[in-house]
Amino acid sequence: MARIRSKKDLLKLQESILAERRVDKPLITLCSGTACCATGSDAVAEAIKAELKKQNLDVVFRRTGCHGFCERGPILTIYPQGICYLNVKPEDIPEIINRTVKSNEIIDRLLYTDPNTGKRIAKESEIPFYKYQTRLVLGDNVRIDPRNIDDYIAIGGYQALAKALEDMTPEQVLEEVKKANLRGRGGGGFPAGRKWEATRNAPGEPKYVVVNCDEGDPGAYMDRSLMEGNPHRVLEGLIIGAYAIGAHHGFVYVRQEYPLAVKNLTIALDQAREYGFLGEDILGSGFQFDVCIHRGAGAFVSGESSALMTAIEGKVGEPRPKYIHTSESGIWEKPSDLNNVETWANVPLIIQRGADWFRSIGTEHSKGTKIFSLVGAVNNTGLVEVPMGTTLRDIIYKIGGGIRDGKKFKAVQTGGPSGGVIPAQYLDAPVDFDELTMLGSMMGSGGMIVMDEDTCIVDIARYFVDFLCDESCGKCVPCREGLKRMREILDRIVAGRGREGDIELLKEIAQVMKRASLCALGTTAANPTLSTIRYFHDEYEAHIKEMRCPALVCKDLISYYIQPDKCIACLLCLKNCPSGAIEGGKRKIHVIDQTKCIKCGICYEVCPPKARAVVKISGKPVPPPLPESEREITKRKK
Amino acid sequence: MEGIDPNRVDEIIDRYRGERGILIQLLLDIQAEFNWIPREAIMRISERLHIPKSHIYRIATFYKTLSLNPVGRHLIQVCLGTACQVRGGPKIMDRIKESLGINEGETTPDMRFTLRRVNCLGCCAMGPVVVIDGIYHGKVTPSEVKGILECYK
Repeated sequence: MARIRSKKDLLKLQESILAERRVDKPLITLCSGTACCATGSDAVAEAIKAELKKQNLDVVFRRTGCHGFCERGPILTIYPQGICYLNVKPEDIPEIINRTVKSNEIIDRLLYTDPNTGKRIAKESEIPFYKYQTRLVLGDNVRIDPRNIDDYIAIGGYQALAKALEDMTPEQVLEEVKKANLRGRGGGGFPAGRKWEATRNAPGEPKYVVVNCDEGDPGAYMDRSLMEGNPHRVLEGLIIGAYAIGAHHGFVYVRQEYPLAVKNLTIALDQAREYGFLGEDILGSGFQFDVCIHRGAGAFVSGESSALMTAIEGKVGEPRPKYIHTSESGIWEKPSDLNNVETWANVPLIIQRGADWFRSIGTEHSKGTKIFSLVGAVNNTGLVEVPMGTTLRDIIYKIGGGIRDGKKFKAVQTGGPSGGVIPAQYLDAPVDFDELTMLGSMMGSGGMIVMDEDTCIVDIARYFVDFLCDESCGKCVPCREGLKRMREILDRIVAGRGREGDIELLKEIAQVMKRASLCALGTTAANPTLSTIRYFHDEYEAHIKEMRCPALVCKDLISYYIQPDKCIACLLCLKNCPSGAIEGGKRKIHVIDQTKCIKCGICYEVCPPKARAVVKISGKPVPPPLPESEREITKRKK
Repeated sequence: MEGIDPNRVDEIIDRYRGERGILIQLLLDIQAEFNWIPREAIMRISERLHIPKSHIYRIATFYKTLSLNPVGRHLIQVCLGTACQVRGGPKIMDRIKESLGINEGETTPDMRFTLRRVNCLGCCAMGPVVVIDGIYHGKVTPSEVKGILECYK
């Protein structure tokens, strides 16, 4: 493939790609992100290929990146009609091809059904999950095959880069990004333009630019989906940034846990080099830039900017004090700019459509859109992109379809282990950087974990502290020791050994960690605990004073009990109990021997819905077992 | 412990000839090749690249992916990301631990299973998720655990 030497060349190439692709030709796309692959996308793809070959059909088949509606994957869409089928299985394929592709019939059972109205929806864009989103960054994922650069060029890819290199000076690019007020999507929300400027102005050569794809927050996967589904978009943003900053070398730091992202990015880099978007004399501008991939070996703290740069040097990825910014002294002590995946992916949009357009979206201090990974106890798990300022209620209910199994909403956790929980009374709060901070949480990278009434809030605080305890690098004392002590205290609270004054002690430790820790991991580590204490003080009290877990989660505070009047002697719990703790028999009321019970919850799970005899009890004694003589079931009233 | 093929270690080292800051990438490749970081490999890297062994051990113990112990025939990864935590992941972990009689990070004495906890695989729609040898088991319930484990001999 010949290198592209100018904007004109690029437009010509786009034209020729589009000319080759007739729009009237049927096209099948299949979501092939990690989540869909886990639910069988590979097998579906094989079935499609086999069927097309068998019938010798002239149909284009494209495997795209993540569509975001992971709850219902694999997702298959048929164009030009735009019919969208969900939860597709290999055995559905012959029918889809025969009926929909060949005869234009719609297969009802594979469509989305609105749970409220029962109406079936054929078009992807009409499904409420998508309808209420503004997918500026994520939207292209469904249109392209991430392993084919031509797909990206066909939809106008790399034209922002051509515009920057041909029509703008580096200073103008910088000014545009500053004016757009693009704030970092990875956590703190620091303005990207200011970071770029600091690196640009810092003395020392060479300068480096870095993509942070070390998405460590549990429950957050939007960066992975972008990297897997549209790597060229991120790359284009990075090259534009490098041009503005004056860097000639870039790094992409990707978690080892994201093999598909590494693979697709590697292919993207090769293709970009072939076309001349990387390397010497990019698009004939004289600008030179190249990128290499650094795989992370699994350390949460290495997502911190100074730690990540140390890891790129091949050392232990620990943070260092930042009285000297990484923009002045980063990788190999050279000026280095680091932004997260989503931030970079926004750059081509800003250059192409202008800062004024970008500023028209969002709230006063948070511009543009944000992608959230909406997970947990919500009906529609998936990736959600909305303008800054959208309310939590709209995200969780309109797009997310509300809480699973008709349960009650309890709280939503944002910002990962550095963030906090937000209770029901703030559901109408607009989501932006400042609002979330005010509520005691933070934007973070965009994880949004919905919790229902069955979630114990103290257990969640303990979970995050435990996570951070493992991930703290141990370099500074407040973080290393503070987290350990917090874990001890929370461990004893969930075990029913909480003491008077524990809550105050937690708060005190939190204060010290906040003020004295070296990096953001330590200074924000107490947020989950503090915010849960702030909003759910009574739950802590219940654990400590009444030895009661209101959500019936904490193992040491609950007991399983079979209600004698409801037991139908079906033997299911008895057969499944792994510790032989259940006594019973045919036509005999079952009884749990509390001394043998390991509280695995299997009896609760297998007890048939028509009986619902097994219950969890907390904070009060378990009723004594029925005497042997009264266990016989003789006649039961209907 | 069986010896490892030093040529394979050399091959991996040669991939990165002349590059800077490659130790982590190199150890990741060794991990992928042998499923763990054998002592012999560390010696070989130290000898050939003149990196102190203590430094290599420091890296190998810091990063989670790198393991200084051999891994069993089947690697079980239990996701305990926040979404899986909320959907009952810990109960699944408890069941597996009890069934196998090992803790997180350990290997059964017969080398059949190694059990690891992971902090989010990004398949939150399927939670709680257990991955065994790269095969995803989604929406697992405690009572299903036994049956799933029996599929892996």
